[in-house]
Amino acid sequence: MNFLLGRGGALLLLAVAIVFPLISQNQYHIYLMSLAFIWTMATAGMNLITGYTGQLNLAHAGFVAIGAYTVGLLTVDYGLNFWAAFVLSGLLAGLIGFFVGIVSLRLTEHYFAIFTLCVGFIIWQLLEKWEGLTHGVHGVIDIPAPADLFGISFASPTAQYYLVLFFLVVTLWLMHRIVTSLLGRTFLAIRNSEQLAEALGIHLMRNKVLSFVLSTIIAGYAGGLYAGSVRFLDPSLSGVTITFDMVTYLLVGGIGTLFGPLVGTLLVIWVSQYLQFLQDFRMIVFGPLLVVLVIFFPRGIVGYLQQKKMERAARLAEQAGRAAGERKVEAKSNA
Amino acid sequence: MNLFFQQILNGLTLGSVYGLVALGLTLVYGILHVPNFSHGALYMVGAYAAWVLMVSVGVNYWLAMLGAGVVVAIISVLCERVVFNPLRHAPPIHDKIAAIGILLFLEAVVQAIWGADFQRMPAPYPGVISFMGLFMPIQRVLIVVGAIVLMLGLHFFLKRTTTGATIIAMAQDREGAFLVGIDANKVSMITFAIAGFLAAVAAALFAPINLVYPGMGHLVIMKAFVIIVLGGMGSIPGAIVGGMIIGFAESFGAFYVSTNYKDLIAFSLLVIILSLRPQGLFTKGMR
Repeated sequence: MNFLLGRGGALLLLAVAIVFPLISQNQYHIYLMSLAFIWTMATAGMNLITGYTGQLNLAHAGFVAIGAYTVGLLTVDYGLNFWAAFVLSGLLAGLIGFFVGIVSLRLTEHYFAIFTLCVGFIIWQLLEKWEGLTHGVHGVIDIPAPADLFGISFASPTAQYYLVLFFLVVTLWLMHRIVTSLLGRTFLAIRNSEQLAEALGIHLMRNKVLSFVLSTIIAGYAGGLYAGSVRFLDPSLSGVTITFDMVTYLLVGGIGTLFGPLVGTLLVIWVSQYLQFLQDFRMIVFGPLLVVLVIFFPRGIVGYLQQKKMERAARLAEQAGRAAGERKVEAKSNA
Repeated sequence: MNLFFQQILNGLTLGSVYGLVALGLTLVYGILHVPNFSHGALYMVGAYAAWVLMVSVGVNYWLAMLGAGVVVAIISVLCERVVFNPLRHAPPIHDKIAAIGILLFLEAVVQAIWGADFQRMPAPYPGVISFMGLFMPIQRVLIVVGAIVLMLGLHFFLKRTTTGATIIAMAQDREGAFLVGIDANKVSMITFAIAGFLAAVAAALFAPINLVYPGMGHLVIMKAFVIIVLGGMGSIPGAIVGGMIIGFAESFGAFYVSTNYKDLIAFSLLVIILSLRPQGLFTKGMR
């Protein structure tokens, strides 16, 4: 069990992900899985600012949409190569994220959530109303699939699946590097108490903006991949419901855990796949689920497992300590 | 002149509706420090309740409004009991997420029962009053008068009754209120009931000149948030003044700038104001 929560579990998941297309053969399932991976990436970005740094960003879908529209518009309207547009997608999202961040992160808690809610709404309105740039409600159609790279073609769903998987692994590896570094601990300190973090000499604004920009860059790249995968965009991608979906993924999997976004996204997307008959009414299930989770299981699945692991470790340490103590007593009485 | 007057009336109407919704939001924030994202869904449920009572049950407009108010007040109290009360000691991010859960649930339920279509509520008073050459649709006048009556009523309730005083006491100082023996649960429930009632009445007032549909709460609640951020979270006069500012900005913006971007005006205003004054317009360093 301990093995599964460490590096072993990560490698096992990767192995399963690599063989999945070979086993499944169902093109639709492979496509759905790669979409789930894209959302995992986006949710991992949200996790950085919301889970690790403690700032509920309700404009996250807006940044996914900025990345996606960057790829969509540059390839369709300006004939740019997919990869050139893709590189720009994360950078542009990050740049806009920087400017939104330096304004919004001056606000704390509720004010930040409300402000970002409004930012998300502004992004959505701009995508919908600025027809000259974004095609408005008609959306962007016929986005090319990712162009061939190093002789590899990404036309088939399986090839795209591996492409998305590659970026997902890179994202999660980066997240692992960030959260285990001093920077990650800085973010956690900010989440746990801003006053305390400040007293420790942490520059709040700089670190919060850094976390925000990193999260929007990841969101932008997730959006870029989304554009190449779905190949159709409309303004609803930036809608607040998409952000709420990501909040659900995050909460089910475990907010502030490395694999929470992965577990939550895959689980919710596959479960909703089997709840397809409910269509728009699936929120009758997910709405209360969100409330129940937040009241009774605020740590989510991965958080719950980690807690169990820690409790077991604590118990073992206690037993070992007691055993050592008894030996000492025995040794004393023998002497 | 007449066009200009129409914009003023329009701004007053919008400001009244937003103000009523923002009042409930700010009251709840004052007591529990929860930005209740589900408040917009309560507004929407209020409109549906009034519409069903009027069209399917066939009661009179005023009874439908009252009925909607009671129904939504009950739902609002239920939310407080089942969701927000258990979460009062949780980290602040949790009750925001729970509120989002309620919002998604209420919208899905309404959509499951009545569908996503736009519904039209019959106008109870379709006429127009003409006064010194100025034309005023009766419904708009009703909205403005109704809002003023409710706001005055709330003011007297809070200032002149003991129950109202307990609400203010708790908003001012939680521990202090406990110390003098105020029952937190009771105050919390009353506040949620008032908030729900105000949202439902605002919806019932506005519905005859607007459409009724599951997503109708989104914009209103976001504007209400803008208003209470501008006016200071928890401040009652702030909610009323903020509501008028947004209402007028929107009606004049739509007329003189662009109808297409009218919904953007409120949010751009918020972004600009918060960029310059992160503590809000009327507050002193309260963030």
